[in-house]
Amino acid sequence: MTEQTFQPHIIGFLCNWCTYTAADTAGVGRMEQPPNVDVVRVMCSGRIDPAFVLKAFAEGADGVIVSGCHPPGDCHYNNGNFKTFRRMPLLEMLLQQYGIEKERFHWGWISGAEAPKWAQLVRDFTTQVRDLGPLDWKQELASKEE
Amino acid sequence: MAGNEKLKLGLYWAASCGGCEIAIVELREKILVIDANCDILFWPVALDFKYKDVEAMPDGHIDVCLFNGAIRTSENEHLAHLLRKKSKVLVAFGSCAGEGCIPGLANLFDRESIFARAYLEAPSVDNPNGYVPQTTWQMPEGEIRIPTFYNTVKTLRQVEDVDYIVPGCPPQPPQIWNVIEAILAGQLPPKGSVVGATDKTVCDECKHTRQEKSVKKFYRPHEMIPDSTKCLFDQGMICAGPATRGGCGALCTKVDMPCRGCYGPAPNEIDQGAALLSAVASVIDADTEEEAARIVGEIVDPIGTFYRFSLPASLLHRSKLEARG
Repeated sequence: MTEQTFQPHIIGFLCNWCTYTAADTAGVGRMEQPPNVDVVRVMCSGRIDPAFVLKAFAEGADGVIVSGCHPPGDCHYNNGNFKTFRRMPLLEMLLQQYGIEKERFHWGWISGAEAPKWAQLVRDFTTQVRDLGPLDWKQELASKEE
Repeated sequence: MAGNEKLKLGLYWAASCGGCEIAIVELREKILVIDANCDILFWPVALDFKYKDVEAMPDGHIDVCLFNGAIRTSENEHLAHLLRKKSKVLVAFGSCAGEGCIPGLANLFDRESIFARAYLEAPSVDNPNGYVPQTTWQMPEGEIRIPTFYNTVKTLRQVEDVDYIVPGCPPQPPQIWNVIEAILAGQLPPKGSVVGATDKTVCDECKHTRQEKSVKKFYRPHEMIPDSTKCLFDQGMICAGPATRGGCGALCTKVDMPCRGCYGPAPNEIDQGAALLSAVASVIDADTEEEAARIVGEIVDPIGTFYRFSLPASLLHRSKLEARG
């Protein structure tokens, strides 16, 4: 597979109430976006266990997106997104220590009314991850081993 | 076991510190009970057996083999395969065999950088010719071979089929005794079980009282003297208790040292570090993104803290290797 045709596999963990709605609207509204993001809908971004993200990378994702409702006030459960912003910076540090480029992991906020913002994120992030090339963690583990 | 035949026991250490062996000796007078009931067929640390003695045994000759230590070299892996073949029951004994433990933290590096540090760069090294270990070397008398040092430390489970796991760094003697008694009585649980531990977290055995958690700053153990009645986590110490399997009796927190996580992931956790990361994030008292980022930003060495005993068994196993080829 050449650099030009490499299609990154991206997993997006989106909260049901905001970013998933935005992604849905972006699709229904036929906004232009590459088909590289596989969406996993969760009820709240605060429900996203760091193990989800690690498992995604371990099993072949080239990039991961975590997105929920804008803090402080947008969360359907009042403060689920507080849990997200306490957890994700630490996960970011962990991933960097693992040697996974920070450009492969994006976390942030997109409300239900921001469908164009979602489409833009998908376009930009896909390009960004494509430029980095495959992560291919299993191959990474197997390589250089006797 | 037929009739009054003794149980045939094997013990081996791969990449380990010897602490698991000490823990067995720490059974004290009960070691005599083991002696009365078992024939020890292999125990390199204490008795003079050779690998060829094991090779000469029929397959499945050893009843129970307690295998401690991680898989660091080709020799470790060879013995894992050999002892699997020769043993009816193979037990991953201790954190190294089960989760990779402290030797597993070397998975943040690769062979080349470990050799460079150990044989070339460390201040105490005197190696003017820059020799680093080679797997083969030609001498006038013939070729010398030593085992290959792998890039990645593996757990016993990652190279062989394991029947039981006894966690702990080291497993605590009372728990070892429970396991030995179960073996002698022939009352072993289903294959794949974690034995010599509980099905709850360390918090369940801890004496400290939990309250509302609101941490503005994390402290390392040398930076504070904690209140010995309140939860150490509440006081800002990163304690692996909530992410760690119980069974040790919460020995560390008993003396106000935070749990370091040696009993491995809590039941049903697939990744101990991720579980501890979540626990750490949940105690932070921050209402803005900036404040949260500042508080967690002060944590030194997240992998070394969250995966101190379990990096090779984690979802990602190791840090990324530099340029492939």
